Amino acid sequence: MAYSDKVIDHYEHPRNVGSLDKNDDSVGTGLVGAPACGDVMKLQIKVDAEGIIEDAKFKTFGCGSAIASSSLVTEWVKGKSVDEASTIKNTEIAEHLALPPVKIHCSVLAEDAIKAAVADYKAKRDDDDKIEAAE
Amino acid sequence: MERSAYLDHNATTAVVPAAAEAAAAALALIGNASSAHGAGRATRKAVEEAREKVAALVGAAPAQVVFTSSGSEANNMALRGCGRPAVAVSAVEHPSVLKVARDAALVPVDANGVIDTGALDRIMASQSTPAVVSVMLANNETGVIQPVAEVADIARRHGALIHCDAVQAAGRIPVDVDALGVHMLSLSAHKMGGPPGVGALVAADDVTLAPAILGGGQEKGLRAGTENIPGIAGFGAAADAAGEMLATFARLAGLRDRLEERVRTIARGTTVFGAGAERLPNTSCFTLPGVSGQTQVMALDLAGVAVSAGSACGSGNVAASHVLAAMGVAAEVASTAIRVSLGWPSTDDDVETFVAAWGALAERAGADAAAA
Amino acid sequence: MDDMPETAALTTRADAGPAGAPRNRKAPVYLDYQATTPTDPRVVEAMLPYFTEKFGNPHSRNHAYGWESEEAVETARSQVADIIGADPREVIFTSGATESNNLALKGVARFYKDRKNHVVTCVTEHKCVLDSCRHLEQEGFDVTYLPVRQDGLIDLDQLREAITDKTVIVSIMAVNNEIGVIQPIKEIGAICRERKVFFHTDAAQAVGKIPLDVDEMNIDLLSISGHKIYGPKGIGALYVRRRPRVRLAALITGGGQERGMRSGTLPTPLCVGLGAACAIAKAEMGAEAERLRMLRDRFYEGIVERLPEVYVNGDLEQRIPGNLNISFAYVEGEGLMMGIKELAVSSGSACTSASLEPSYVLRALGVDEELAHTSLRIGLGRFTTEDEVDYAVEKIAGEVERLRQMSPLWEMAQEGIDLKSIEWAEH
Repeated sequence: MAYSDKVIDHYEHPRNVGSLDKNDDSVGTGLVGAPACGDVMKLQIKVDAEGIIEDAKFKTFGCGSAIASSSLVTEWVKGKSVDEASTIKNTEIAEHLALPPVKIHCSVLAEDAIKAAVADYKAKRDDDDKIEAAE
Repeated sequence: MERSAYLDHNATTAVVPAAAEAAAAALALIGNASSAHGAGRATRKAVEEAREKVAALVGAAPAQVVFTSSGSEANNMALRGCGRPAVAVSAVEHPSVLKVARDAALVPVDANGVIDTGALDRIMASQSTPAVVSVMLANNETGVIQPVAEVADIARRHGALIHCDAVQAAGRIPVDVDALGVHMLSLSAHKMGGPPGVGALVAADDVTLAPAILGGGQEKGLRAGTENIPGIAGFGAAADAAGEMLATFARLAGLRDRLEERVRTIARGTTVFGAGAERLPNTSCFTLPGVSGQTQVMALDLAGVAVSAGSACGSGNVAASHVLAAMGVAAEVASTAIRVSLGWPSTDDDVETFVAAWGALAERAGADAAAA
Repeated sequence: MDDMPETAALTTRADAGPAGAPRNRKAPVYLDYQATTPTDPRVVEAMLPYFTEKFGNPHSRNHAYGWESEEAVETARSQVADIIGADPREVIFTSGATESNNLALKGVARFYKDRKNHVVTCVTEHKCVLDSCRHLEQEGFDVTYLPVRQDGLIDLDQLREAITDKTVIVSIMAVNNEIGVIQPIKEIGAICRERKVFFHTDAAQAVGKIPLDVDEMNIDLLSISGHKIYGPKGIGALYVRRRPRVRLAALITGGGQERGMRSGTLPTPLCVGLGAACAIAKAEMGAEAERLRMLRDRFYEGIVERLPEVYVNGDLEQRIPGNLNISFAYVEGEGLMMGIKELAVSSGSACTSASLEPSYVLRALGVDEELAHTSLRIGLGRFTTEDEVDYAVEKIAGEVERLRQMSPLWEMAQEGIDLKSIEWAEH
């Protein structure tokens, strides 16, 4: 299987590997995929008071394309608002990394990871709002 | 072991230098073409490059070429795998066609060995099921070339698929699947200066083949088994060299004609089979009246000359030639026939050596006949 | 090989470092000996004359060129017979073990179909055996697919129970191509003989690696591959017992070569190559096995010293010495392969590694799917050096460590989270 230069670059020099404190209210965590299917992505975003993603980290169990897809989206989401980040499409990821058809599912997973992280963040905010409202 | 002239190139021919080099180089490729790592991909590349060259030889697309282990396997695959019954094959086909198409009508040939297309038309007119017809391009024993384009027209008119065994023709005369109008075409590397152990079935896109050998999914699932890498690489190189080979074979026609001229001078009663038809430039099948083919080949072998009595294939039984029988040749005449087949390394000297040895044999036989 | 073109340098034998030649570090280390083996230079040397000057058709009965080739083919046939304790007349040449397996199963089943209609095989067989069996099912045969235990071996009692009076053939491989485990061939042969059913074994991975004797083991049909034993690709053989006689329907008909069981002109250079490969393997088997076992242990010890949570798939003792199949938990195999480009290894078997599903062999052992995704097959062989083993351990351990740092599963495991307790979104 021939990998594109961009996939190889992200695989060999992954950006933003690591973890954020998942209990921090400003952190949204997305965990998608399944070990039995051969890929699991964990994407975390840290959102500032203005709703802008100031940091992102990932950890991925999977092939080179899965690692590259998640590494790439950590770069892309930084500096975006959570709503902007949610508009990132898997096709953009696949195109940027020149993924072959058998690897498109990696880009789908990365898109899902963003959405899951954003949803987690928003759920926490909603909970906080409710708590604040209740107080 | 005295060896002065090898004139049995229709049985097998020497591997051309380019193909021998390609095979030797491919023996050094260590990967399995199905492996994902670099060593595997390098092997895969060698296979695909060879496929392109073999496809180009017959005017096909690379994706239409399925590598097999022999021409016989290609013929088997075509007739067993195309999903249709073989209803008509010429009476002079190779055993690997005849044995598979046991229930097919045998289309007769004329005294020159050329298929009776009128008879084929009549056979096909009586058919109602979707069928396949198989007619060889050039005969292995006589070199006679069949009007395959015309046969293909007839087959197609009756809604049949047409398969052509081009094993003896490829690399010797131009072969083009579109010009011939065939759906399937069989090739064998070792008949055209490639290594033995590899053949190919070229099949048009609209032919759906079923595999006979199942397993690892090689050759798009049509022929499982780790590919014969040296053989395939050598096949590709031989196909690549075919342009040059065609020129060589055009030259061999002159050599063959001179040989036949000398044969007729030596044995006035000889019969040269198929002489009235279009033939391969390298093949000559003729008799020495009163002397069995077996006796001739043995005597010639002692003189270091290799020729054949009948086809070299098979179990070693010396059976009467079904090809000559189909041409209406009496068994006692057919039994006195030998086949001389020239190849790319053949020289004037080879022909002279043959003529000297065969002439001496004829003279002895004549003396024996006179003394008897 | 002085005549090798420069462009082929990356993949030539010379770069794999055989015969003690200094190895170029930039060339990949070949550790995929179960996928295929480099052709031994001695084999190549034996073959080359038969491509060029000794080119006669071995079936030409009329002249010296034919006889010379025929003699070479018959010598090769004896060499093949010799390594399995057979009579040369019981060996037929094929294009490879895939064809041999197809011919053995379909050929025997079809020949005896009027009296018998049942085949017994096992779930971890090579794909070509399983596909042949599926095809036989379509033709109306019943097939029993025996399971394997966690060690990869079949249960002999289950085999005994599976055989019925309708069983025509039992096909159990001698050595598995993915996990290298050795089935109890002699015991299986004894059961089959007692129950009067034919016993076929796919010995593609076994010939030249473990001693085989068709009489002692009661084997009726046995498949051999050239390219798995340092011979050329494109050639194999099928042993077909003469007493008691096994009959089969040919897959390729025509000129009637190979006693009518397999038509087609025999490729003399390839036959010669297979014969030479068998002769070398027989002579060197003992010493080679010992050396490979030493290298295998060195590899395994090197890995477990560096890495926790690695698991060997299949029994480690009842196994050919040149194979290791290891799961590196929490690191996906394909991703790992990408990080060890300097090593030619396989994740899953070579025939299916282009597809994304985990190995059916590992699943049959009961290996969890997530663990099956993390496995590599390491194949050591004749030209593997200690130096290469050490290099491979270093590369693999380093990359596994790097990828574990990147793995969310590793992180969760370290935190003590039971991965099975999580509801994964299967997709």
